[in-house]
Amino acid sequence: MEALLSVLIGVMTASAVYLLLRARIFPVVLGLSLLGYAVNILLFASGRLHLNSAPLVEHGLAQLPDPLPQALVLTAIVIGFGMTAFLVVLALRALREFGNDEVDGGDKP
Amino acid sequence: MNHLVLLPVLIPLLAGSLLLLAGRAGKAVERSIGLVATAALLLVAVLLLLRVGTGELLVYYNGNWPAPYGIVLVADRLSALMLSLAAVLALASLLYAISGDDELGPRFHVLFQMQLLGINGAFLTGDLFNLFVFFEILLIASYALQLHGGGRARVRAALHIVVLNLLGSAIFLIAIGAIYAATGTLNLADLAAKVAVAGNEQAGLLRAGGLLLLVVFALKAALIPLGFWLPPAYAAASAPAAALFAIMTKVGVYAILRVHGLVFGPEAGAVASLITPWLLPIGLLTVIVATLGVLASRELHRLLAHLVVLSAGTLILTLGLDSEAATSAALYYALNSTLVAGGLFLLADLIARERGEAQARLDREQAVARPALLGTLFFVGAIGVAGLPPLAGFAAKLYVLQSALLHTAASWVFSVVLVSGLLVIVALSRAGSALFWQTGDTAVLQARSGLLPAATTTLLLSGTAALMLAGGAATSFTQATAAQLADRTAYIDAVLSNQNLAPSPSEGVAKDPGRRGDFYNTLRPAKEVPDA
Repeated sequence: MEALLSVLIGVMTASAVYLLLRARIFPVVLGLSLLGYAVNILLFASGRLHLNSAPLVEHGLAQLPDPLPQALVLTAIVIGFGMTAFLVVLALRALREFGNDEVDGGDKP
Repeated sequence: MNHLVLLPVLIPLLAGSLLLLAGRAGKAVERSIGLVATAALLLVAVLLLLRVGTGELLVYYNGNWPAPYGIVLVADRLSALMLSLAAVLALASLLYAISGDDELGPRFHVLFQMQLLGINGAFLTGDLFNLFVFFEILLIASYALQLHGGGRARVRAALHIVVLNLLGSAIFLIAIGAIYAATGTLNLADLAAKVAVAGNEQAGLLRAGGLLLLVVFALKAALIPLGFWLPPAYAAASAPAAALFAIMTKVGVYAILRVHGLVFGPEAGAVASLITPWLLPIGLLTVIVATLGVLASRELHRLLAHLVVLSAGTLILTLGLDSEAATSAALYYALNSTLVAGGLFLLADLIARERGEAQARLDREQAVARPALLGTLFFVGAIGVAGLPPLAGFAAKLYVLQSALLHTAASWVFSVVLVSGLLVIVALSRAGSALFWQTGDTAVLQARSGLLPAATTTLLLSGTAALMLAGGAATSFTQATAAQLADRTAYIDAVLSNQNLAPSPSEGVAKDPGRRGDFYNTLRPAKEVPDA
């Protein structure tokens, strides 16, 4: 499972970096969202991976999952969601302002 | 427990929320709420400064949860000093803004308070993840403040900042994940204790996490090669926003000093002094590139933005010298450069307003309406920022160089800092003569601003003179701060010594030991949570 997860995170991060380097707003937004997912899974895995464990607490189980990464991921999702929404609105404003979707606002000064 | 520590976070939060509700009550109400809140913040910051001046560490356990599990706010000398600096700068920026700049766009006062909430929280928090959260609050408010007033340049700069900082946030989270996976804690004091005894099998993850954190903080502090976003952004921002932003690069430097100083310091076992070899070269490079930027600037705002980068570079370079004297020098330098940079941004706006079409371009197109007043202020600011006697910029630079004397890289530090200082003087005198000397006689009086903006600017710029006059007191405080930062054991003990906290969260569980998982035990075998 560790190998699967690390490959997943790696592929998502690589795709995100590729999209980020496109320097057009829409791919950049997608890339940042994808990077957010990769990071969230990574945070989740930082509390170790267990099979057949309780979600939070269960009687009689010696090995309980670590609740902190779940809380961190939740916070990171909320913050990432807000930031992405802001970026999309800002991108629309830039589109109106510059008339194109280049991150640099095109050639026009 | 001392609730004073919570107030710098609480006041802007409540004021900001109140301002959201009072959105339609009119400008006068908004302005008075903002002013009262910011003045109260300054008062609280000064009270905190007096309290921690005795060497006491004030720890605030949110909700009375014991330390490594709950979230703590910690006020030490460094936090209180930065809080006071931020509050002074904020009050001056706000006083400047209420003379008209706050009407350029909606919700200025809400955003301003939220920005302060993020900055104060970042200075106070004793928890790595909380630092991330406060950074995000600070950032999202700064995006909107950057956009305040609208226009193409601001939109483009904001777009760059948002994308870069979202990437920075992702890297921050990766670093947090790596550090949490290696240690099982995010409380800075607990981290410092755990990292010091970490084995070699965790060293890789810790090293990766620590260096990724350096990348994030360097992005915030605008260090080269991650600082190219700053000059266009600060040059485009409205004056009060730019003046407040002068503290933002210092938040990045503060985070390096706090997190890397505490967790990855010289006593950190396998990852001891992790970033020390990086700081000096990064600082030198930043100073060199920023000096070139200062020389190449053809517009006053952009020149000032490059000066902000330069001061961040000097700070990092000084911290890279890695001694208590150097830390003390860096703090004194930070006080002076922040106040002067804030004042100069306000002054640049005054100049731009009085020159009409020519704005603050460094040419001789148009004269300002009040050459004597603005010229004098510019002269004082330039001396303060370039480091000439008799103002505090000189003392700060002297202090930095003095702390570098015995370092092996002293020749590098001396040559770069002194040559950069000379070039900055050249650039500033060129700018001053372009703006105030032999200018065309078409002085426009169209936007002659009132007394308040000029008075506020004078207030901030006179900070450099005040720092020089109170140099003895200021340096003895920064020396005590540096000594306190070096004493990591005291910090760790102060935060983790909460054995007498009243209702422990495990109270209910303790009555039935069978229900209690071994989760707490595996995390902290050494120091057990008190069972009430």
